Amino acid sequence: MSDERLSVFKTYKLYVGGKFPRSESGRVYEVTDSKDNWLANAPLSSRKDARDAVVAARKAFGAWSGTTAYNRGQVLYRIAEMLQGRRDQYVREVADAEGLSKSKAAAQVDAAIDRWVWYAGWTDKIAQVVGGANPVAGPYFNLSSPEPTGVVAVLAPQESSFLGLVSVIAPVIATGNTAIVVASEKSPLPALSLGEVLATSDLPGGVVNILSGRTAEIATPLAAHQDVNAIDLAGADEILAKELEIAAADNLKRVLRPQPVDYIATPGIDRMTAFLETKTVWHPTGSLGASGSSY
Amino acid sequence: MAPVFDYAPAPESRSIVDIAPSYGLFIDGEFTEAADGRVFKTVSPSSEEVLSEIAQAGEADVDRAVKAARKAFQQWSALPGSERAKYLFRIARIIQERSRELAVLETLDNGKPIKETRDADLPLVAAHFFYYAGWADKLEHAGFGTSPKPLGVAGQVIPWNFPLLMLAWKIAPALATGNTVVLKPAETTPLSALFFADICRQAGLPKGVVNILPGYGDTGAALVAHPDVNKVAFTGSTAVGKEIAKTVAGTRKKVTLELGGKGANIVFDDAPIDQAVEGIVNGIFFNQGQVCCAGSRLLVQESIQDELLDSLKRRLATLRLGDPLDKNTDIGAINSEEQLTRITSLVERGEAEGAERWSPACEIPSAGYWFAPTLFTNVTQAHAIARDEIFGPVLSVLTFRTPDEAVAKANNSQYGLSAGIWTEKGSRILAVASKLRAGVIWSNTFNKFDPTSPFGGYKESGFGREGGRHGLEAYLDV
Repeated sequence: MSDERLSVFKTYKLYVGGKFPRSESGRVYEVTDSKDNWLANAPLSSRKDARDAVVAARKAFGAWSGTTAYNRGQVLYRIAEMLQGRRDQYVREVADAEGLSKSKAAAQVDAAIDRWVWYAGWTDKIAQVVGGANPVAGPYFNLSSPEPTGVVAVLAPQESSFLGLVSVIAPVIATGNTAIVVASEKSPLPALSLGEVLATSDLPGGVVNILSGRTAEIATPLAAHQDVNAIDLAGADEILAKELEIAAADNLKRVLRPQPVDYIATPGIDRMTAFLETKTVWHPTGSLGASGSSY
Repeated sequence: MAPVFDYAPAPESRSIVDIAPSYGLFIDGEFTEAADGRVFKTVSPSSEEVLSEIAQAGEADVDRAVKAARKAFQQWSALPGSERAKYLFRIARIIQERSRELAVLETLDNGKPIKETRDADLPLVAAHFFYYAGWADKLEHAGFGTSPKPLGVAGQVIPWNFPLLMLAWKIAPALATGNTVVLKPAETTPLSALFFADICRQAGLPKGVVNILPGYGDTGAALVAHPDVNKVAFTGSTAVGKEIAKTVAGTRKKVTLELGGKGANIVFDDAPIDQAVEGIVNGIFFNQGQVCCAGSRLLVQESIQDELLDSLKRRLATLRLGDPLDKNTDIGAINSEEQLTRITSLVERGEAEGAERWSPACEIPSAGYWFAPTLFTNVTQAHAIARDEIFGPVLSVLTFRTPDEAVAKANNSQYGLSAGIWTEKGSRILAVASKLRAGVIWSNTFNKFDPTSPFGGYKESGFGREGGRHGLEAYLDV
């Protein structure tokens, strides 16, 4: 027997509606590092967990989408602050999950923190960049502004367990959507730990919900769910992506197809615009009609 | 109540338009027969007169047209934007020159009043080409990066309610951004698209840049599924939109869908009543209600229900239904027998479910497809006439007491295309507009369109936007 202190293992749990439940199914699966050493048992989420997460995301949508962009920006920045404080923990988790050296894992975590900061700054600028006044040929005030599309299912990328994860969550919530995130199937632990940061970051419960398990098993009911408005297929392989896109057509979900992404590079705005609607409002500016009445 | 003054007939001359007895497909700059020789007839819905016999494109023709468009894409996309702009400006000008002819043609083939084709459709068609012509050499300023690229061949399928306007919405941005197109007009209204082919010829547009393939749903399905089509644009029913979304699943095809709607037109107790009544009439009876963004659900505040409905019924009694070529006609013919059957059966269902049906006294012509302006009261949210898109001159009236109730009822729909708000209170307009889940919101007006203004829906009304800077995105690789 070594006289080294026995460490305390962590029971990883889901993050749904601001709480940390176990999977409703009572199932777990074994998560290993790159050398096949046991790391933890992660919850193996069921269809019911996915549906519960949709209910939580829908419930949170009204308040989160109605929050001022300034406030949303501060909440996102707060997430970066919390992450910074736990940097060492994530470096360790990412190194284990992806088999990276300490320094490479640190680079990933730093980039992920910077990404939150980048998106925090976007919340109150995206409307100015993609919205605006339309010079219609007539006496009308006419304004287009972007609005969140609603509840978004996000299949996190499989390979980039933390930077990739952050890169797909932040743009969805920066614009006022709420999200159900399916963590990387093989490396879910950084995602499950992210829940702990989100829970202490002023982010209202239900805005981000994190599930772990078999991507195909969880994604199928999400893609078919009538109360989900959009789906990001980043973490789906080609065959699964096609199946999910077909299922998503049933209620005309907005679909972001999988595409090669360099997660280290500064992103464009397309991950935000993919989940925005454009609302255009008209109002007369002078004459009110044929009767000739005016302002 | 007999009218004090009767109008004398004021028919528009149809001699300005010369419709040939038959038309071919327009592929690679030439009119050609369908590979399998199939044809169909297009009739005038107001008289059931056969206007012309049209070649019906099959799969082989789709393939030929896509090949022509692919070949033309190389040169067209390589042209400087300023040159593409000039072609589009030419097209806009020719449309203006020929707008009287096209307005009469559209009225003959579609059945809508000449008043609408002349004063709404055609000016907007020209305006769309003008607007997107100007974008062709300014794409790097559109907000999609410094050198946005076209997608390739666009397969476009358009409906019968605004045949030439929908063509303009699709073709103008596609060409401005450097794509080439294969467009399928609706089987009941193919003529104006074929006349547009002649405008392309007059404008000297290079061969293959625009191809027109009349046909039925199977032609459209073949076009959407063609492996060498890079972009699919569709305007039509939600059911077909879902099929298209499934067809393009797992491909790299970019897709935009403009689908159905069940627009809520909300009238608050402080609304300017006379203007609201005009807006309601325009919202649901424009183009016989065959408009995806029609204000087909009237939500009226309970306290003014009686006053508003009295006023509305009085106004409806003055609408003139009849010969669409008569300049005094407000309500023209329903586009097809099939559509008339659909409207009739939904209205019968409304009666069967207990809603109260009302129409003004209205003489229906003996030939053609007609439906009197109709409104339903005692409608609940559970009624089919309050949920399903009727796509006809049928208004369902519901009531509400508070703004929150109005918002909840307006949003209680699978659709999210349009909505109207009538109130004199500015803060109420802005508050309600921000809560409505719809892509286009008209306050104290309705059914206004402009090429600079993005148009498109939330929820099952489809995705993507047409019009404005936003409309460019659908045709760029971004």
